[in-house]
Amino acid sequence: MQNIQDLEKILNSELNTKIKSSLIKHNQIYLKIDEANLTEVILFLKTNSKTKFRQLIDITAVDFPENEIRFKLVYLLLSHEFNQRIIIEIDVKEKEIVGSITSIFPAANWMEREVFDMYGIDFKDHPDLRRILTDYGFEGHPLRKDFPLTGHNEVRYSHETKKVIYEPVKLEQNYRNFDYESPWEGTNYIKEQTKE
Amino acid sequence: MAKETKTLNLNFGPQHPAAHGVLRLILQLDGEIVEKADPHIGLLHRGTEKLIENKTYTQAVPYFDRLDYVAPMNQEHAFALAIEKILKIEVPIRAQYIRVMFCEIGRILSHILNVTTQAMDVGALTPTLWGFEEREILMGFYEKVSGSRLHANYFRAGGVHQDLPKGLDKEIGKFCERFPKIINDLELLLTDNRIFKQRNVDIGVVSKQDALDYSFSGVMLRGSGVPWDLRKSQPYDCYEQLEFKIPVGKNGDCYDRYLCRIEEMKESVNIINQCLANLPVGPIKTDDGKISPPPKKEIKQSMEALIHHFKLYTEGYRVDKDEIYTAVEAPKGEFGVYLISDGSSKPYKCKIRAPGFSHLQAMDYLIKGHMLADVPAVLGSMDIVFGEVDR
Repeated sequence: MQNIQDLEKILNSELNTKIKSSLIKHNQIYLKIDEANLTEVILFLKTNSKTKFRQLIDITAVDFPENEIRFKLVYLLLSHEFNQRIIIEIDVKEKEIVGSITSIFPAANWMEREVFDMYGIDFKDHPDLRRILTDYGFEGHPLRKDFPLTGHNEVRYSHETKKVIYEPVKLEQNYRNFDYESPWEGTNYIKEQTKE
Repeated sequence: MAKETKTLNLNFGPQHPAAHGVLRLILQLDGEIVEKADPHIGLLHRGTEKLIENKTYTQAVPYFDRLDYVAPMNQEHAFALAIEKILKIEVPIRAQYIRVMFCEIGRILSHILNVTTQAMDVGALTPTLWGFEEREILMGFYEKVSGSRLHANYFRAGGVHQDLPKGLDKEIGKFCERFPKIINDLELLLTDNRIFKQRNVDIGVVSKQDALDYSFSGVMLRGSGVPWDLRKSQPYDCYEQLEFKIPVGKNGDCYDRYLCRIEEMKESVNIINQCLANLPVGPIKTDDGKISPPPKKEIKQSMEALIHHFKLYTEGYRVDKDEIYTAVEAPKGEFGVYLISDGSSKPYKCKIRAPGFSHLQAMDYLIKGHMLADVPAVLGSMDIVFGEVDR
């Protein structure tokens, strides 16, 4: 097993200008890069004999609606040879189009489709960018923070028309979001004092 | 004179019994040869990740049971480990042994289901009947320890919910004595069975390189000859202290994957035996009152315990701002949780990495050029459960 610190050094020296920041936490490397360098960095990590991140574990996005650059795309890679994991993060604006990595990892196909479905992030040169988990003809992107938990439409079988119909969600009782945050733990100065 | 041919589009599922759930597979056929397979998934999509973002960490655990519902506790394990790593909680050694033991029970549960239903898909009914009898006993253990046969909700960050009831360890021990014989019986029915071999040998062959490229994990990867198991390579809980072997296939076909699963069941029995032999006495969850609830008895006497109890079951515990990916070796492969916490009592983001998702993705690549009748065989050997694929 290659030392994780050594690996970070190798990455920083070989890719120096392409890396915005790198960090070791929980025995994993966290890399921040620019969208423009994405395919290049991933191809390097996969093919270089010192890194050998030959398996793409997952692709996902995170939504920060209050930020100017709304989304963070996350790529998780694994190297069997060196037994290391790496987490690559890029920042993506709301209507920005990201380069697809399906030509590097065929497994990225469905993962990018899922990100597209759940967050509405477009991928350039993706062979088959369709919705994957949601219903045929679904509208909206469910994992965005501004998408309501209950959704917009509900489905039922209608005896009159003898088919399944879509209707706006009708709730007998609204979803109750209890605010349990404790008002008693707001005194930060006591916490700070005890820490020192 | 050349005859004009045209391809036939066939809808396989979503209600087909060999589709192992709600899979809609659109097949393009040239005669009986499959030219293209396009799986349509999402018919069981329940929005687990969205729901978890709206629940406290304790309330999120039951959702993990409903992913791969044939091995529920293995999923809970990944979530518990993620929180423990962020909060840096030490898990008591007894809890670690109990968790590992039940994960291995989960592995046997899943593998019995897969091996026997795969046999059923290719025409053998008896293994299913024999295997399910054993699953019933194993689910009985689940019920005794957690109160529920399937949706256990048993693992907690920092340990497990409650200790083993009296006598359960002996019962599990008895099962482990008996079970190797059952595996043997199943093997007698299948391993050298002419029909079973004709249907599985050299079907759905995955090369080493493709297994890596398509993000395969678990048996799908090991069946192709890659010796990779997270229990060995990135051990969690007490797996480091246990001795077990990792069976690896050679040809990467459906038959090798079947053999791997059979061997893994034997190893699981071995692990459970070791856990039972070394099971220490002691606490079963962390004693940090901010994370694990106090015993009922204390609530009646201690003010602090009462407050802790109240806070834990209303607000829940808070998890520091952090992000982490943790993975466990679930029966079907690498099951991972990518968790982003923001310091509140609800996860900001919880991405679930399900092994079945990447396996099913390779369906088109695996089935191209095979006969229509091989579709259930390949699908069966991929070990697909729609709870985790659709989430």
